[in-house]
Amino acid sequence: MALEPETFRQLLDTVERFVRERLIPNEERVAETDEIPEDILAEMRELGLYGLSAPEEFGGLGLTMAEEAEVVYLLGHASPAFRSAIGTNVGIGSQGIVLDGTEEQKKEWLPRIASGEVVASFALTEPEAGSDSASVRTLARKDGDHYVVNGSKRFITNAARAGMFTLMARTGGPGAGGISAFIVPADLPGIKIGKSEKKMGQQGAHIHDVIFEDCRVPAANIIGGKEGQGFKTAMKTLEKGRLHIAALCCGVASRLIEESVRYASERKQFGQAIGEFQLIQAMLADSKAEAYAALCMVRDAARKRDAGEPVATEASCCKLFASEMVGRVADRAVQIHGGSGYIRDYAVERFYRDVRIFRLYEGTSQVQQLIIARNLLKEAANA
Amino acid sequence: MKILVPVKRVVDYNVKIRVKQDGSGVELANVKMSMNPFDEIAVEEAIRLKEKGVATEIVVVSIGPQQASETIRTALAMGADRGVLVKTDVNVEPLGVAKLLKKVIETENPGLVILGKQAIDDDSNQTGQMLAALLGWAQGTFASKVEVSGETLAVTREIDGGLQTIELKLPAIVTTDLRLNEPRYASLPNIMKAKKKPLDETSPETLGVDVAPRLKVLSTVEPPKRSAGVKVASVEELVSKLKNEAGVL
Repeated sequence: MALEPETFRQLLDTVERFVRERLIPNEERVAETDEIPEDILAEMRELGLYGLSAPEEFGGLGLTMAEEAEVVYLLGHASPAFRSAIGTNVGIGSQGIVLDGTEEQKKEWLPRIASGEVVASFALTEPEAGSDSASVRTLARKDGDHYVVNGSKRFITNAARAGMFTLMARTGGPGAGGISAFIVPADLPGIKIGKSEKKMGQQGAHIHDVIFEDCRVPAANIIGGKEGQGFKTAMKTLEKGRLHIAALCCGVASRLIEESVRYASERKQFGQAIGEFQLIQAMLADSKAEAYAALCMVRDAARKRDAGEPVATEASCCKLFASEMVGRVADRAVQIHGGSGYIRDYAVERFYRDVRIFRLYEGTSQVQQLIIARNLLKEAANA
Repeated sequence: MKILVPVKRVVDYNVKIRVKQDGSGVELANVKMSMNPFDEIAVEEAIRLKEKGVATEIVVVSIGPQQASETIRTALAMGADRGVLVKTDVNVEPLGVAKLLKKVIETENPGLVILGKQAIDDDSNQTGQMLAALLGWAQGTFASKVEVSGETLAVTREIDGGLQTIELKLPAIVTTDLRLNEPRYASLPNIMKAKKKPLDETSPETLGVDVAPRLKVLSTVEPPKRSAGVKVASVEELVSKLKNEAGVL
């Protein structure tokens, strides 16, 4: 249920203040050390950020998609590494259970995921199954009241901290229908976590390979209790995740525009602030107009989703447009900063690298294009 | 022991203040408002005393327009138990605030009142002292440390050139200084739960207090703009300028 405006305002004010007072001042330290300090993670847990989306009855805030988008938008004003720390608990790591889990599964896992006690991680991508996610090769072979899991997952966010994985593995024949979703406690024997990958940006957020070797998972841990539903669960999870990522992109764009406006007002060339020059103004205006358009898209799609309307096409439109938008905004921000934009002392240099992933993960821009176009053609054929 | 914490809704400390065109005050339309930071410290101290088992209940009072209830909600979300809004659209001056608080205190009978040493909007630094005088209670102002033991209260005060520790008899008034504590963030679940905590409403009329302003604002002006400085090449030049041009040496 949506919150009263006054209460929600207060919640946003608190997040905004936390971002300004605690996250932004720690950005450089996180980038330098490639770690989010433990005390900041503890503060994020205490604040309740890990439980934004989990239903209230399971200890979360139970925010609507529209509300979650506003919170994530604010978080986007700080280094996206911070958002990544809570991102899997709020989004892809937990949503399989929220959307399709049995009552017992929800009771067992969601309260600890909402409090941040357990970090949830989403394990779908494999070395040979990226955009072609229906080709998952990780096998889960039934053996009595267990499944024996073998296979490798790649680029799994928060894997090293994970208390549980939402794992997609093949229990049946080829294709999407042969995939099941499992809740896999991270302390089961037979799970190995690879080294932290050296990434282009978002230092402080970590991704790893996760290798399953004869890992015995109780059969009761199939999400929803039924085999063959995993791909559908994954797609539903990702659909919501796309709105989440799009909202994040809008937040980062807003920060980049703030940084650009500040720099353009302060930096002087030819005897005046560079913001006085129309070519700089054009870049600021283009960035603002595009960022505003993306934010309106996200708000509209989130509201529709909350109203129970199907938003698969809209969610992909949001992810496609917002992630491409923030790429352009970051590029212009560096351009406005001139040579300084190439120097690590300026936040835009870091954000320029940070935003590149948004066009890649949780469905590349090309995958979003395919989803949008296929949905349009399907609708036309059914009309 | 019950602790009463008065809180004020003021312009957020991050907002760049602008003077109204007619000089009658500062621009408040569409400006972000928050709890006075010193009052936040007061709320935090009360919560810590409750967590230590010294306090049993924390009542938060705010005097102001309807929106001041949001400031009370913030305190409730941090951990206070209930709120009282003295609703008025009049700009109440420190003496009026002290008189209203005295009335509330007579009904509530708290053992301790903790409030900010001043509000960041008018910087009066008067309410706590006036309230202590009206009640005839002991006061410990500019507190950087507060320790309750039985019927007494040790308050470490930030004074010119150092610290002073005094012992007060309860009930007492404490006004907070910046270093007393670092206020917590209200957690998001607690913000949602705060909605369910009781918040009573009263008014200066009901309390029988005349809050008509006694001061008249003649003008409000922005601080003068800083003029450009001068760069000096050496210490000698600096000393010479200070001696000959500035005339301060």
